[in-house]
Amino acid sequence: MSDQAKSKKPVKRHLSPKQIEQNRREFLRSSVLAVGVMGISLVGLLPVVQGKSLALRPPGAIKTPSDEQDFLSSCIKCGQCVQVCPVNAIKLAELDTGAGVGVPFIDARDQACDFSCDGLQCVLACPTGALTHDLDYPADTRMGFAKVAEPRKCLAIQGKGFKGQARGPDYPGLLRYDDVDRWNPIPVADYPYDLALCDLCVRQCPIEIRITQCAAADAAGDKNKDRVAQRQGNECPPKHAIALEPIVSDDGIKRMKPVILEGCVGCGVCEMICPPDPPAIVIDIMQDADTIGGVS
Amino acid sequence: MSYIIESFRQLYGSDPRRPAKTDISPEAQKVHFDKKQKPYTKEEIAEVEALHAQGSKKWRNRRWATLIFINVLFLVSYYFDIQLLEGALTASRFMGFHMADLNSALQVTLAFKHMVLNLVIGTVTVIVIWLLLGGRTFCSWVCPYHLLSEWAESLHLFLAKKGIVKDRTFNRKVRSVFYLLFALLALGTGYTVFETISVTGIVSRALIYGPGVAMIWVGLVLLFEVFYSRRAWCRYVCPIGITYGVVGTISPLRVKFLVKDCHHEGECRKVCLVPHVLDVTIKGRAAHTEVDVSADCTRCGMCIDICPTNSLRFEIKGLGKHL
Repeated sequence: MSDQAKSKKPVKRHLSPKQIEQNRREFLRSSVLAVGVMGISLVGLLPVVQGKSLALRPPGAIKTPSDEQDFLSSCIKCGQCVQVCPVNAIKLAELDTGAGVGVPFIDARDQACDFSCDGLQCVLACPTGALTHDLDYPADTRMGFAKVAEPRKCLAIQGKGFKGQARGPDYPGLLRYDDVDRWNPIPVADYPYDLALCDLCVRQCPIEIRITQCAAADAAGDKNKDRVAQRQGNECPPKHAIALEPIVSDDGIKRMKPVILEGCVGCGVCEMICPPDPPAIVIDIMQDADTIGGVS
Repeated sequence: MSYIIESFRQLYGSDPRRPAKTDISPEAQKVHFDKKQKPYTKEEIAEVEALHAQGSKKWRNRRWATLIFINVLFLVSYYFDIQLLEGALTASRFMGFHMADLNSALQVTLAFKHMVLNLVIGTVTVIVIWLLLGGRTFCSWVCPYHLLSEWAESLHLFLAKKGIVKDRTFNRKVRSVFYLLFALLALGTGYTVFETISVTGIVSRALIYGPGVAMIWVGLVLLFEVFYSRRAWCRYVCPIGITYGVVGTISPLRVKFLVKDCHHEGECRKVCLVPHVLDVTIKGRAAHTEVDVSADCTRCGMCIDICPTNSLRFEIKGLGKHL
């Protein structure tokens, strides 16, 4: 020990002025590097602190409508949820979201989550619990809450029907149509509609579709009875999410308006399928069925 | 034990310890003494130096092949939906088994203050893998940024040779400062602050999910390395290196230095990403005839490729077998 102390000290004393200057510069450079890199990484916190990174998140994201902190911190930014989604609804956020970079989000207008995986595959794929496993059924999710943002654009409110491809021939989005293929989603463009009164938001709502399936299963009779009895909670049938209510009007035109109900999970299919642009109905990410406490 | 302590010192950023004369084994002293008595002639050294130019690319090629294979496997697995290796480098599933990047897992855990079972499984799996394979082996054999940085380094060295750029060094301890600050920030703010600027995560995701704006940041870091400071990110910033380095301190896979035939030309230190680990190859520094290179070494094998006297080798401690 004393040997080392002896051998070390003279070395330090004999630093030439040039070496001292070099060391001084290296220290300064290192300090600037430290401040610079830390500064840049802290700038990344701005968008999340300001709430600019808020977005529609995949099912099971551990967040409240206005607080995504737990979700952002627990997400390991690996994109496994992106990979398992059968309709490619999930995307990873860009650097403009700062510390939200690499975190999954859904742009419902481009491609909403229609639960065509049935089993919440993104939740199962999540390695960190950022998408919580506490979720059993699509109806348990709280992604947001639909709202009729542009009532005047709504075809049903105008009393109009809809004929053709909901989002035009070039729209790449996918949905699952049970009557075409129970298992695989197909392009919306391949499924033209012919509706006397537009009810696309209700017709394509995954929750409403599930209710119909449950009713069909119940109607199928005795052989399914045990399974029906084993069903838990509100899974089958779930609570209604959206309905069309008639509007009383003087002009004699039959009009209906979409009403969002407490079963809405905010998946975004209504926003995706709504023919006008911008859509009449959108997902409000600042609300969910729990915060809104029932009917809107 | 001394290997672990010395590895931690070097990971922290201290200069490698010069052995006191009394610490040098009699055998090593004899080698040093013999070399002093009968120094290599200029011709002998020139002969060895001439061999550097034709240094093998064996380990470099194997390494690049491995690195590219792993990263392309992520892409192929996703693109063709074969579910072989799902996710990205930060966390993935290899044939269904969870894997988690140790530093990402650490950041997430510090920020979230909770670890779900899947993450524990993934983290333990990856710790075991790199315990066996050498810790910072991750850096040079898997990290996709490392490869980009290696190419940037070639450009830097080319420009430096022409006198256009010069390498400005930083104090290596700054990496430990970053490590501490990023850990504290994750803990304090509850956000994974480092992940925002982690070039490893960004490049890995860009490869798999398509490049985005974040690649501009990677480009800036590369430009910094080309024009200002050689391999700056890996040498002075990246906390991932420290995390894996710590695992590597108890890994049996190391690079071993055999002092006997070494001509001390120092070419190995010139090609090395972390040249301080090779200070042991400086004349008179080896405390034993065989010395293990510290855990800050990324096991890239560049020194092994360049060494004409076979004085540097891969070894698996305990197996007594040289690769």
